[in-house]
Amino acid sequence: MKFTLNINGESQQVDVEPETPLLWVLRDDVGLTGTKFGCGIARCGACTIHVDGQAMKSCQLQASAAVGKKITTIEGLSKDSSHPVQQAWVEVGVPQCGYCQSGQIMSASALLAKRKNPTDAEIEAAMADNLCRCGTYQRIMQAIRLASSKIQQA
Amino acid sequence: MNKIVSKKTLSRRSFIQASAAVGGGLMLGFHMPDALAATISPKSSSTSTAVGTEINAWLVIDKDNTVTMRIPHTEMGQGGLTSVTMLIAEELNVDWSKIKTEWADANRHLRNNKEYKVMSTHGSQLVRLQHPHLMGAGASARERLKQAAAEAWGIDRSQITAKLGTLTAGNRTATYGEFAEAAAKVKLDKEPEISIDPTKWWLLGKPTQRLDIPNKVNGSAQYAIDTKVPGMVYAAVKASPVPWGTLKSHNFDAIKSRPGVIAAIPLKAVAGKRGQPDLQDAIAVVADSYYRAKTALDLLPVEWDFGEAAKDNSAAYYAAGHKLMEQKGQVSGKEEPKAAETIAASSKVVTASYQRPFETHARMEPINATVWVQDDRIDVWSPTQDQSAAITLVADQTGMDPKNVYAHTMFLGGGFGGNGGGGTGVTRQAAEISKQLKKPVKVIWSREEDLAQDKQRPLAVAKLTASIGDDGLPTALFTRAAWFSQDAMNQIGGATSDYGIYNIPYKVPYRQHERHNAKTHIPSSTHRAPGANQMGFMAEVFVDEMAIAGGWDPLEWRLKMTEGLDDFQLVFKTLKEKAGFRTDLPKGEGMGIAMVESHGTIAACCATVTVSRRGRLNIEKILVVLDAGRVINPHAATEQCEGSVCWELSHAWTGGLELEGGRFVNTNFDSYNLLRIDQNPHVETIFASSGGDKFGGLGEPAGPPAPPAVANAIFYATGKRIRSTPFRQHDLSWT
Ligand code: FES
Ligand code: FES
Repeated sequence: MKFTLNINGESQQVDVEPETPLLWVLRDDVGLTGTKFGCGIARCGACTIHVDGQAMKSCQLQASAAVGKKITTIEGLSKDSSHPVQQAWVEVGVPQCGYCQSGQIMSASALLAKRKNPTDAEIEAAMADNLCRCGTYQRIMQAIRLASSKIQQA
Repeated sequence: MNKIVSKKTLSRRSFIQASAAVGGGLMLGFHMPDALAATISPKSSSTSTAVGTEINAWLVIDKDNTVTMRIPHTEMGQGGLTSVTMLIAEELNVDWSKIKTEWADANRHLRNNKEYKVMSTHGSQLVRLQHPHLMGAGASARERLKQAAAEAWGIDRSQITAKLGTLTAGNRTATYGEFAEAAAKVKLDKEPEISIDPTKWWLLGKPTQRLDIPNKVNGSAQYAIDTKVPGMVYAAVKASPVPWGTLKSHNFDAIKSRPGVIAAIPLKAVAGKRGQPDLQDAIAVVADSYYRAKTALDLLPVEWDFGEAAKDNSAAYYAAGHKLMEQKGQVSGKEEPKAAETIAASSKVVTASYQRPFETHARMEPINATVWVQDDRIDVWSPTQDQSAAITLVADQTGMDPKNVYAHTMFLGGGFGGNGGGGTGVTRQAAEISKQLKKPVKVIWSREEDLAQDKQRPLAVAKLTASIGDDGLPTALFTRAAWFSQDAMNQIGGATSDYGIYNIPYKVPYRQHERHNAKTHIPSSTHRAPGANQMGFMAEVFVDEMAIAGGWDPLEWRLKMTEGLDDFQLVFKTLKEKAGFRTDLPKGEGMGIAMVESHGTIAACCATVTVSRRGRLNIEKILVVLDAGRVINPHAATEQCEGSVCWELSHAWTGGLELEGGRFVNTNFDSYNLLRIDQNPHVETIFASSGGDKFGGLGEPAGPPAPPAVANAIFYATGKRIRSTPFRQHDLSWT
């Protein structure tokens, strides 16, 4: 089935089974490989993207259900890595292998869009679905606090 | 020319200059290695895009003084890319902002008789063992540049200084770039010494921002799983759910008409290859997209013959393991009959048995490989820690001359000793399918396949016995340990089944250590800090049991029992000073100590926990003190320690693979639970270097002492002695 998706501000026509998870459409059809496959069952968060500003797991979202919605992937979060969350991630030096980090950054940026100054418990709750096998959690906490202060100052 | 250029990589072919401001007093570094592998031509024999004159295999210097360093190691999150760059730059003495990096060509390494010495990256060896030749490459280039200038200026080489890319003698100066061509022709009488004195270093030892960070915050870092090659097809595979079962039948007709489906290909186990990255019986479904291949595979009727292994389960292994503890094993170190004699004659004996389950790597990047077999060459994109092995493996599977196999280095979504998936059969699978279909093929293992078929960390048991003297200290120690590994492997990496026990430093008068290797069908391999990761737990919980039985404070006991060993003393004294360790906290709160030495590094932990009355565990803090000798990048080293602690607590607290009917009951992250952000303790890392020439490894050693430190803390909080993992299976409630 052919349909059009709005991804990172651009219209993209795709031709896939309507139930295809958006994750695979992004990666294999559109060529946006920043969104990662980790588990396929909504338990790792590597595939997190924004749909109309909400953090969603793209492995669980049927591509056809995203028609008419605004899809943002890590590639579209900013043009030049200038989003305060990306800047904080660089300053703190969060990534190790980096594989989970697109998902971490998308979850964190969705949280901060809603709550500029979240408590530690709110950060933990918002990030609890995002696994990091390299164990960068401590730096993720630190970077979210830093991004939060950048956003409040802006 | 048939260039492999995906539309996304085009814009990133030039090196990206990072512009973000970096705080925290870090060195800024800043030409990123591009995803060269994704832009390489399959027809060329070299992956290099460096411009300028090649001084040696590692270094190309351009006229404009830009230096391209070729990195022969993989970056799997351990900071290897940055470490290699720092080691070379220290000796070459070049402006950090003038450096570009690219991955070294594994095929060139092979053709030129191991030109890069070593291209595998494991065992925390990169800095520990490879620093001499990496620093040597920089030093040699520097001296040749000086020699070239000396000849041109008619002076002696010793009159010239080389600093930050500039050669100076009196009022004469020139850039390295100006003398690069001449230097390439210089032959030195004698290669220069490298500088291992940290007081003389200008770059090493400074906290340095990792070069790969900017590419990892915007989705542009290319992993093997992101590879796209023109005409590529996708394969989903399923091997026998009970490893080493055989494929009886499959019915392709049932899925043939599904959209995009191209073929179902049965893969036959390659006999006699079980110790190596092996091919097992499996079925692959190939389609024009991964999702189509995977959904068709799930619907494919398949019959397996599981064989005898279908009877195996964890409980039976534990029972068999504990039985082995009553039998004499292979002796590690020297035979010491007095150990058993002393224990037999003693009036006070402590003995305890321990067990730990299989664990899996579960790298975040699922196991995958892309292989393109053509008549005259093969290209491989695999998340491997060992490019040379990827070449050999594909050559073996296809019958191609290894010289015509090109392995492209990619960022790895985790390695952890499992070779990033390169140590599994996936590369053979992709090679075989590509050979049969004559098309480039990307094989991705689902997470379920990854957990079922990865090479696991062996299930292990141990029994330790000690006699206690009048002063409360042990007079003799007798230990036995066993692991269950594929075909009873004697060694995994450098470790034996009692590594972490037989090598404890404590000065017990008589010690005897024995080990057994028990057999399973479950494929096994190294796992971050092999041996030490399982057995360090057994040894260090037992140390607390011995100390407490003798009336000793566990930290004072460790200090006493390492008297005269300066490096251990330094670590324990630092821990004592920083940790505020105490054993008199109110019930429900506890602190615990443990120390495990591995990879040339001594790592001690102090864990602080709370346990609610109902038994809810909270690990508040882990303080780690390490003697790793020289630390070349404290920033990356600290990160590695934080990561290693989280890694081991994932297994000891929430993890644990359980075998039932010859297969694991844990299938994905809903049943194999890794530590999540709300469970992660605060980790504080302190380096206490005892000096000397040691370059200890730092990618692994902080992990093994964390679980026993937590178990020892739980004892103080609850009075319950934990002798097995995962902790989640224990009732920790107290009244
Ligand atoms: S891949 Fe979607 S949550 Fe893991
Ligand atoms: S950085 Fe490796 S999984 Fe998170």
